Amino acid sequence: MISTLQPPRSLSHFRSNPTLLLRYTSLKPLSSLSSQPVTHSTIPDQSQSPNPPSHSQILSTRHSLLSRHLTATQLAESFLTRLRLTEPHLRSFLHVSDSVLAQARELDEKIQRNEELGPLAGVLVAIKDNICTAEMPSTAGSRVLEGYTPPYDATAVRKIKELGGIVVGKTNLDEFGMGSTTEASAYQVTANPWDISRVPGGSSGGSAAAVSARQCMVSLGSDTGGSVRQPASFCGVVGLKPTYGRVSRFGLMAYASSLDVIGCFGTSVADAGILLHAISGHDRLDATSSKREVPDFSAQFVSMNLLESKPLKGLRIGLIRETLDDGVDTGVTSAVRTAALHLEELGCCVTEVSLPSFSLGLPAYYILASSESSSNLSRYDGVRYGNQVAADELNSQYMDSRAKGFGSEVHYVKRRILTGTYALSAGYYDAYYKRAQQVRTVIQKSFKTALDEHDILISPAAPSAAYKIGEKKNDPLAMYAGDIMTVNVNLAGLPALVLPCGFVEGGPAGLPVGLQMIGAAFDEGKLLKVAHIFEQTLQNCRFVPPLIADEVA
Amino acid sequence: MASTIFRSLHSHPFLFHPTALIRRKDVILYCTMRSAQTQTATQEKVKPQVKVSPHGTQSKALEKASKDYEAVIGIETHVQLNTLTKAFCSCPYNYGSPPNTSVCPICMGLPGALPVLNLKVIDSAVKVGLALNCKLSLNSKFDRKQYFYPDLPKGYQISQFDVPIATSGYIDLDLPLEFGGGHRKFGITRVHMEEDAGKLLHSEGGSYSQVDLNRAGVPLLEIVSEPDMRNGIEAAEYAAELQRLVRYLGVSNGNMQEGSLRCDVNVSVRPIGQLQFGTKVEIKNLNSFSSVSRAIDYEISRQVLLHSQGQDKEIVQETRLWEEGAQKTVTMRKKEGLADYRYFPEPDLPGVFLTTDYVDGIRNSLPELPETKRRRYEKMGLSMQDVLFLANDMNVAEFFDTTITKGADVKLATNWIMGDIAAYMKNEKLTINEIKLTPQELAELIASIKDGTISGKIGKEILFELLAKGGTVKGLIEAKDLVQIVDPAEIEKWVEKVLSENPKQLEQYRGGKTKLQGYFAGQVMKLSKGKANPGLLNKILLEKLNAKS
Repeated sequence: MISTLQPPRSLSHFRSNPTLLLRYTSLKPLSSLSSQPVTHSTIPDQSQSPNPPSHSQILSTRHSLLSRHLTATQLAESFLTRLRLTEPHLRSFLHVSDSVLAQARELDEKIQRNEELGPLAGVLVAIKDNICTAEMPSTAGSRVLEGYTPPYDATAVRKIKELGGIVVGKTNLDEFGMGSTTEASAYQVTANPWDISRVPGGSSGGSAAAVSARQCMVSLGSDTGGSVRQPASFCGVVGLKPTYGRVSRFGLMAYASSLDVIGCFGTSVADAGILLHAISGHDRLDATSSKREVPDFSAQFVSMNLLESKPLKGLRIGLIRETLDDGVDTGVTSAVRTAALHLEELGCCVTEVSLPSFSLGLPAYYILASSESSSNLSRYDGVRYGNQVAADELNSQYMDSRAKGFGSEVHYVKRRILTGTYALSAGYYDAYYKRAQQVRTVIQKSFKTALDEHDILISPAAPSAAYKIGEKKNDPLAMYAGDIMTVNVNLAGLPALVLPCGFVEGGPAGLPVGLQMIGAAFDEGKLLKVAHIFEQTLQNCRFVPPLIADEVA
Repeated sequence: MASTIFRSLHSHPFLFHPTALIRRKDVILYCTMRSAQTQTATQEKVKPQVKVSPHGTQSKALEKASKDYEAVIGIETHVQLNTLTKAFCSCPYNYGSPPNTSVCPICMGLPGALPVLNLKVIDSAVKVGLALNCKLSLNSKFDRKQYFYPDLPKGYQISQFDVPIATSGYIDLDLPLEFGGGHRKFGITRVHMEEDAGKLLHSEGGSYSQVDLNRAGVPLLEIVSEPDMRNGIEAAEYAAELQRLVRYLGVSNGNMQEGSLRCDVNVSVRPIGQLQFGTKVEIKNLNSFSSVSRAIDYEISRQVLLHSQGQDKEIVQETRLWEEGAQKTVTMRKKEGLADYRYFPEPDLPGVFLTTDYVDGIRNSLPELPETKRRRYEKMGLSMQDVLFLANDMNVAEFFDTTITKGADVKLATNWIMGDIAAYMKNEKLTINEIKLTPQELAELIASIKDGTISGKIGKEILFELLAKGGTVKGLIEAKDLVQIVDPAEIEKWVEKVLSENPKQLEQYRGGKTKLQGYFAGQVMKLSKGKANPGLLNKILLEKLNAKS
């Protein structure tokens, strides 16, 4: 396995501290953290209910800082401590920033001087490692970019920093986002905080696990075929894939340019929405970013005690029939059906809707994504940056640099490059790439029709809950099939939000199941509104993983 | 963000990476060889008699054989656009900047960087498309052309494939008289937009190469002709007309030496009467119009010779390099079938949509183009030689037009511009915009000679004064007291003085040696300091010489 061969880079200093070598089964030192102020002030009103709904960590951070209940330094320290304690089990980070505390102290000085604070002041954000950061390595989980630090921040990262957010570090992923388990990282395998023998999903597995385990408050991921939504489902957090063009891709290392979007993770719908608002908007550095105005998503978050009995009355919801077919775990199906009932109780009119082209999505997706990736990954040639294997002859230099630079497990990066190169070759283009584009148009139209008749569509986020590390690693087709719930949305460019809606059996405390809500283009506001009400009214579910349950109890 | 970029790039101003070194043997220098010879605009004349044959002894046989064959020539021209910034990023491009000083994450192809189209590229493409009488695609797009090469940072070139911005046009031109003259119309297959690649610099020792990405991402227009040309001269004139056109349009400096205008020609030969084309050979490394012409004529000879010897199988589809020193083409690389560039639509850029209003706006802003200008000059009664000279350079044409507008005689203005003014510009290596003479003063000068205020000889003197120092014709005439003397009494006085001072010659003249009239005229003119009206002078002189006989 990759992780046993390659020690984590930048995190090795954690291992040198013997007190941090904890066994997962005895996390006692963590509970000693419960006296830290953070657990009390960031989780308010716990006394009212045994299972309080998820609240916004971003808003409570702001409240704590402004009311001076907590300093930014205290907040940062408590998260860093938890990060250090949990990281040996999770390995969600490829790099942890060494300037978090310095930035927090700077912020505290600003607060002392009564200076105005940005909306993300003191918010600890983790960034998927395929998103460029100027002061930290950005490897996309690949050896080909080992040690590479970009000269610029991605637009989304720049915006987060400008609004006061503090970047905690860079999270693990499947190499270049190609994978569904985070096992295809060249550096380490990330574990699921709900059961560390299981995968966190992928490719944004590091970002999902980090938010789930409260190693940070929110995080950025990227979603080409489900890479934000599926790990959100596996890790029991909220994952938001915006409309294509809503968020600038500048600085996101391209996998498939026409499908890639940067997405958000949070422990609450509100946090995902606030983070999305922060990074959205036209960017003159991305010609595919939309000039549409970005609405204030937080206006959608109605307070719980102001909710009427049927807050979603009249909302038409379509449950996609094809997503409940054979091949979907019964536990998942029943959790989603229960969620549908819950939506009906909230006043929604839930009906089944058929998307006949649904099953065409997967093959079309794999052709288009592979074709674009074969082109996008051409720049990793070892000439200008990244790893180069010296050779006497130019072609050997190319071949050796790429053969050694890209992951040794052929069915991730290399298979996609080969598949894409083949699909674009003269004589095959019409049969593959062009046909896949036609399928894409059909899928877009069928979503359009379904969304003309429904406000939102719902489905599971994945056919199963988190599975065991290594379980599907050598079965690429099984892994590809796991993307069936999500890839159609990327092909249509639509926004979709995944939030935890229930559990299935498995692991020490059950495994979370995510509900996917799909909206019309640029209608993230409606998704956030519905999801927020769903989340606030969901009974008897609390999505804090056992790894940290004692602490955040 | 800019400062971040600068910081990280400046730490390695030349080599981003010690590994930007490539073994030389793998890398072939592409087309940008600098030639010592200088090229003056398009007036570089191709010597028509130059005919290089592969084997001198066989030249006779070849000449005979060439009558039975026909060459078919098509040209792909890359025109580098002179936009302020590159095609997809905000880096400026200045020819000759130190290596890798005009680069950014976008044109270096760093991970995560995205292209954003410079709209000026579209303006230029539409201008050229219209000027080449093309059909414009109101709805075109960019595609990726994929191949690996160290000068291509992204591993693909952003180009246009199946929907170029302009198609199906033509270009008109007039062949110079020394090449037989005649009007030609050559078809234009397509015009498309794309980005340039960087340059490789090969080390002296030859053990490694370095990459300079200053030029990477600079906008180009690729203009593809129909295979309508039949010899080197036609091809060279086609290229010269394209250069004229892009200069008139102001979209490129069209400089071949700097690589702003690069021609790759495709040459094939077939027996006359055969409809099917012969195997085509591509020739690169053509740095001047004369090398275009000479390389093609060489290549035609080479292929005709092979045909006539029954060795036409030896002609293979390949890229050949023109060697200026040896005056011949040599194999650069053989193509095994067609290269597969795996084109597909560029997903990082939206489609290019043109409105008819936009196109009409550009159409209305176009200057008078060379062909229109030539036809207008022709109608003015100028000879083709004059027409070609004046219309060659837009600034010369404008100078001429303004001079005419100020009332100058068309033929006289042409003669002055093509004669003394052109000679002066050539000697001093100045352009017409750099000389001090204005069209207004040239018109004034021509008028002053015509109305007899000054003589032609004085006019010439004034002209050189005006060219070098400026000023006005009136001012110079007054300052130097150069007004022509037309008073018969005054001239008569000079004549009488000369006659009385040369009794011996007068006697000889009257004795029949009438050739001496010239001598007397010269003496009188000298006495008048050149100001005597020559007509009057001769009339009075003759009267006096013949009076007392």
